[in-house]
Formats: sequence, C-alpha cells, structure tokens
Amino acid sequence: MNKRSVLLIEPSALLARGLESIFNSQGEFEVVMVLPDFSRGSQARLRNLSPDLVIVDPIVFDYGSRANGRALLAECCDCAVVALRSTPLDEEGLRQYDETLGLFDDPVTLIRKLRSALESRQETARAEGDELSAREKEILVCVAKGMLNKEIADRYHISIYTVITHRKNITRKTGIKTVAGLTVYALLNNLIDMNDFE
Amino acid sequence: MRKKTSDSKFFSAAMKLADLIDINYRLLGVLSRVGIGFGFGDETVAEACAHNHVNVNTFLLICNVYTFEGYRPGPDMLEETDLRDVVKYLHSSHAYYMGVAVQNLANAISRAIAPCDEPRKRVIWKFFAEYKEELARHFEYEENTVFPYVESVLTHRAEDGFTILQYEENHSNIEEKLDDLKNIVMKYLPQECDDNEILTVLVHLYALGEDLAKHTFIEDEILVPVVNQLEHHE
Repeated sequence: MNKRSVLLIEPSALLARGLESIFNSQGEFEVVMVLPDFSRGSQARLRNLSPDLVIVDPIVFDYGSRANGRALLAECCDCAVVALRSTPLDEEGLRQYDETLGLFDDPVTLIRKLRSALESRQETARAEGDELSAREKEILVCVAKGMLNKEIADRYHISIYTVITHRKNITRKTGIKTVAGLTVYALLNNLIDMNDFE
Repeated sequence: MRKKTSDSKFFSAAMKLADLIDINYRLLGVLSRVGIGFGFGDETVAEACAHNHVNVNTFLLICNVYTFEGYRPGPDMLEETDLRDVVKYLHSSHAYYMGVAVQNLANAISRAIAPCDEPRKRVIWKFFAEYKEELARHFEYEENTVFPYVESVLTHRAEDGFTILQYEENHSNIEEKLDDLKNIVMKYLPQECDDNEILTVLVHLYALGEDLAKHTFIEDEILVPVVNQLEHHE
C-alpha cells in the first residue's frame, strides 16, 4: 500500500521529530516535509507538493489570522488539515480543522485521527460543488486548446505532477473527463473565445 | 419483488411473459430486439419463446442480466445458451442503438439547444457527432470482425490467428464520452435552454447509458467466455 504523504508545519523540532518517528514505526503515513513556519516560501513549497494531509500547529499563524488558519491553508492545497495542539487554544478556533491531535495522544489514536480526517475530507470534497480556481481555469483553457501536460507545465513553470493534480481537480469539480468534453465546457462558460477555437 | 417466481430469485421459463415485463419494463426493448411481438396474451416465457423461435435459456439469461444487478450466469446456464441467439441479439441491439436510440437523442438535443447561439450549437453538435462516430466504429468492428469470427468457431471453420480474447476492447472511452455529455447537458447548458427539453435529453441519455452497460456485460461475460470455451474444444 502506498503511504499517505503528510506535510508537517511545526516550529518545534522536538515535536516534529517525535511525530515523524511515530509515523515511521506505524507505517501508513509518512512525513514528506517539515516546514517551521507559514511564510511565503513555505506556502509555495506547500502548493507544489500537494500532500494527502497537512498537520499544522496553529501557533504558526499570528494571533490575528489564527481564526482563518484553515482557509489560508486551503488557498495552498486542497487536502485534509489536522491541527496539532501544542499550546492551549480555544475550542472555537480548532473547530475549523478536520481533526485535532493532542500532545498526549497515543500512537494508535494519532493514526486513527488522521484516518478519520482523510475520510471526512473526501466526503466534503465530493459534496462541494466548488468553483474552479483561477489557476484551474487557466489550465483548463490550455487543455481545451489541445496542449500537452508537458507544454502546460513549461508555460506556468510548474511540475508535470502539479498539472496532473490540477487536471484531476478540474475533472472532480466539473464531472467531465474527456478533452473534447472539457473543450465544450470551456466554450459554454466563455473561458475561451469561440473564434479563437475555430 | 411482487410475485414469487418458481424456486429461483431470477426469472424462470414458467412465468407469464407479461409478469416479467411488469417486474422490469426496460425488458420491452429486449422483447422487440429478440423478435417477440406484442399480443402474446397469457403465454408463459417458454411458450412465447417457442412461438417466436427464440432459445428460452438465452432469453432468460439476457433478461436476468438486464434486471438483477450483479447477476452472473453459472457454467450450466452458459452451456445451454445458444450463441447464435446471443449474437443475433447483439446485432439487433446495434441496429437499435444507431437507428433509434441515437436518433432520438439527436432530436432531443436539437430541441433543447434550439435557443442557443450558433457557435454554442456548433460546439455541442461537434461533440455529439464525435461520440456517435466512435460508437459506430466500435459496432462496425464487432459486426465485421468479431461476429464473423464467432460464426466461424461455431461452424468449425475458424482460421488460426485470431482468438476471442484478442477482442479485449476498451469500452471505457465510449462510456466516458456519454458521461461527459450527460454532465454538460445537466449542469452546463445555457440558461435560455428549456428545462423540459433538457429533461427529455437526460432521460434518453440515461436509458442509452444503462442499455449500453448491459450490452457490454453480455459481450464480456457471456460471449467471450463461451467462445473461449469452444475454442479450447477445437
């Protein structure tokens, strides 16, 4: 079975190493990257990686933006987000996350919480009829014009895997799988000009 | 289910043909394709089949596939199946899909997108035309290559080189296109289109999709294994 990739945003090396070692011994989840903060650089790395799951210590958000932490993360990646509660935080702020890990949770509980976060995220992803993001629209237009994944990746300076992830999300959101179908979608929604196309 | 049908949970030869249709009215399409006309009165399935020179086992097999999700014919059922009847059924299904179902769909789409501007109409028609052509190509291959081969196996004239397992055709592309068309019609047609006309298109689309899925099942789970068995007896 493929391990689920976890991106950890945690300033404390002690906690980061501890979680990593627990996941290593349990299998199933694997920490693919640890970010010590939520700086612009960290955000870019997060966007490019698109992990299965993000664990974030809410103390990386400053006090003013903490209530919106989950939404800030959603701008970078569309996956389950679990909070790691290293300091006392109010319950209200934690409710925005898919799960909350405590410092004294045992390894089995930690794994169970991550699983349930993934499941609940999959459910909401299915239920949401989300709009396409600006980037997804750009990529949809390229696909409709017949560009290959490699060409799209080169144009936007992103990896081919990121292009594939975007295409998966476009199909998930629109329900349309074939290139010909996506072209019809793009034209009906005025994303490309009819004259342009013909 | 309304009525106990002998000892089996599936259809049986002893039940009334009219009851079979009452249980699953989609079998009306199967009736016309195997060549059983209306006016069958109180005949049982066995009687009606005998009347119309249809192998009753093959007929039941097809009806069971169409009605019971996950139904899989057992080995003895497959042994009693007349392959010529299966092929005849698949052949008349092709004629029905291209001649009736696709035409009905085209008429319905034409009415639904009538209020759209010309470029939009063109785009939708182009997509539909591509789908139709892909479907036709797929059927032609079966008509020109697969069915003649099955006939040659039945008459022990099969030449070396082709086996039925090579007929591992990919139906997925055709299914994806139909699914895309459904999503486009249901979710993304311009506001000016009439809801009742869209509804008609969707009803045709779902019916065709379901029928094609059963058709594929009959090809993959009945035709291929039975022919494969015959090949080994050669």
